[in-house]
Amino acid sequence: MLMENIFTQLPEIFSTTLWTILKIMAIVIPLMISVAYLTYFERRVIGFMQGRLGPNRVGYFGLLQPIADALKLMFKEIIHPTKSNNFLFLLAPVLTIAPAFAAWAVIPFDAELVLSDINAGLLYVLAMTSIAVYGVIIAGWASNSKYAFLGSLRSAAQIVSYEIAMGFTLVGVLMCANSLNLGEIVIGQSGGILQWYIWPLFPLFIIYFISAVAETNRAPFDVAEGESEIVAGFHVEYSGMAFAVFFLAEYANMILVSMLAALMFLGGWLSPFDFFPDGIVWLLLKVAFLLFFFLWFRATFPRYRYDQIMRLGWKIFIPITIFWIIFVGFMMQTPYREMFH
Amino acid sequence: MDNFCWVYDANTISGDVSLKNMFKKIKHYLKSLTLYELIIGLGLTGRYFFSKKITIQYPEERTPQSPRFRGLHALRRYPNGEERCIACKLCEAVCPAMAITIKSEMREDNTRRTTQYDIDLTKCIFCGFCEESCPVDSIVETRILDYHGEERGDLVYTKEMLLKVGDKYEDQIAKDRKEEESYR
Repeated sequence: MLMENIFTQLPEIFSTTLWTILKIMAIVIPLMISVAYLTYFERRVIGFMQGRLGPNRVGYFGLLQPIADALKLMFKEIIHPTKSNNFLFLLAPVLTIAPAFAAWAVIPFDAELVLSDINAGLLYVLAMTSIAVYGVIIAGWASNSKYAFLGSLRSAAQIVSYEIAMGFTLVGVLMCANSLNLGEIVIGQSGGILQWYIWPLFPLFIIYFISAVAETNRAPFDVAEGESEIVAGFHVEYSGMAFAVFFLAEYANMILVSMLAALMFLGGWLSPFDFFPDGIVWLLLKVAFLLFFFLWFRATFPRYRYDQIMRLGWKIFIPITIFWIIFVGFMMQTPYREMFH
Repeated sequence: MDNFCWVYDANTISGDVSLKNMFKKIKHYLKSLTLYELIIGLGLTGRYFFSKKITIQYPEERTPQSPRFRGLHALRRYPNGEERCIACKLCEAVCPAMAITIKSEMREDNTRRTTQYDIDLTKCIFCGFCEESCPVDSIVETRILDYHGEERGDLVYTKEMLLKVGDKYEDQIAKDRKEEESYR
């Protein structure tokens, strides 16, 4: 009631702005909490896979650990390296986290639950995830440190290469869905688990997911921070909250690419079987499932060598995706076209 | 020449395209494209995810200790309350880190006793030579491993402190000595 009164009394421009900000908060705050707990689960899961327990001291089962970590980072000093470019040094974390959050504007959580239902949603997401590389490059350059600079160079080359393969896998999805709108892509997959695009586009799904791991600079593609060679890569010189923001962006990006994979290949909020109702629960379950793989990969694979990463991206993924796109286009002209819609 | 070879053998490098070699290549391609080895690796870590965890949660759980464990030092007494140490200074002499300082004088009953017996635990390397050299089993190393000092000098243990440790843990110390008796 009170809310309604406020909205009717204000001029329209204010009420829509306020309403939009509230909606943005409703996405960003749960996202921040998921990021915090993703770090907790990462430490627990990797610990379990290494025969350890992981953090279990702060709160029941260590559940307050991420909060303790956040508090610690907030009270730490942000050190500015001498001769670093102060403005760019502080701008870099902002440039990293802003696109990571901005991309969430077009993610449909449910048939109705979407902040802005734009037609070129997929393009928007691709654009936003590409901008994130600027944060890394600027961080590496502004730090005035050779390790940071090497890290940012590696990261830039890697993200740019894998973006191509990733873009091509999305072309396959577009051909199946006939739409760039994420909501319509999901609705195109309705009718049970067999209608999901993962089946006709299985190689593309695998390549998308591996590219997503590379795109977010996660193990085994984490040469950008390769602690054994270049200390901590582009964020060596960062401490305190500035470092935390980089961390936040990395995990927000992980959740984002898992969310996109769930939407485009695994039917988003649609339930796998007809007798269960559709809903956001399914989407969250699929995202959690994919995120587990990120942690699993990190616990399993050793880091790729730099030239191996480049070879995988350019000489293997791009040819395979192009081949499969042509194959899908060819199949669409045959009587089997129903399989690809 | 391409610096990457799909199959590392002499035939590939010499450019031989025999049938056997081709099968090898095809097998290799299939193995890579199905991510065969990566899946094996994931299976291994996946199994470990459910394995028994070997972490010992320290303050609540402890690893088993040997009766020969060499931890914090203690000075022992005889059952009648008389201190064992006779100030022979063998421990002081044998100590490789020179962590022991002893001063002695004659007591009223004409026996030689220490007036000062300090062990600087910041110097001590816990070799156990002092215990081995002691003819009366006075200086011993106990099983205590978690002690600390809060200020500079807190870890220089005096005679009183060492005797106190001995009094407190005498039961355990005596039990451990008894157990090891036949090997000494």
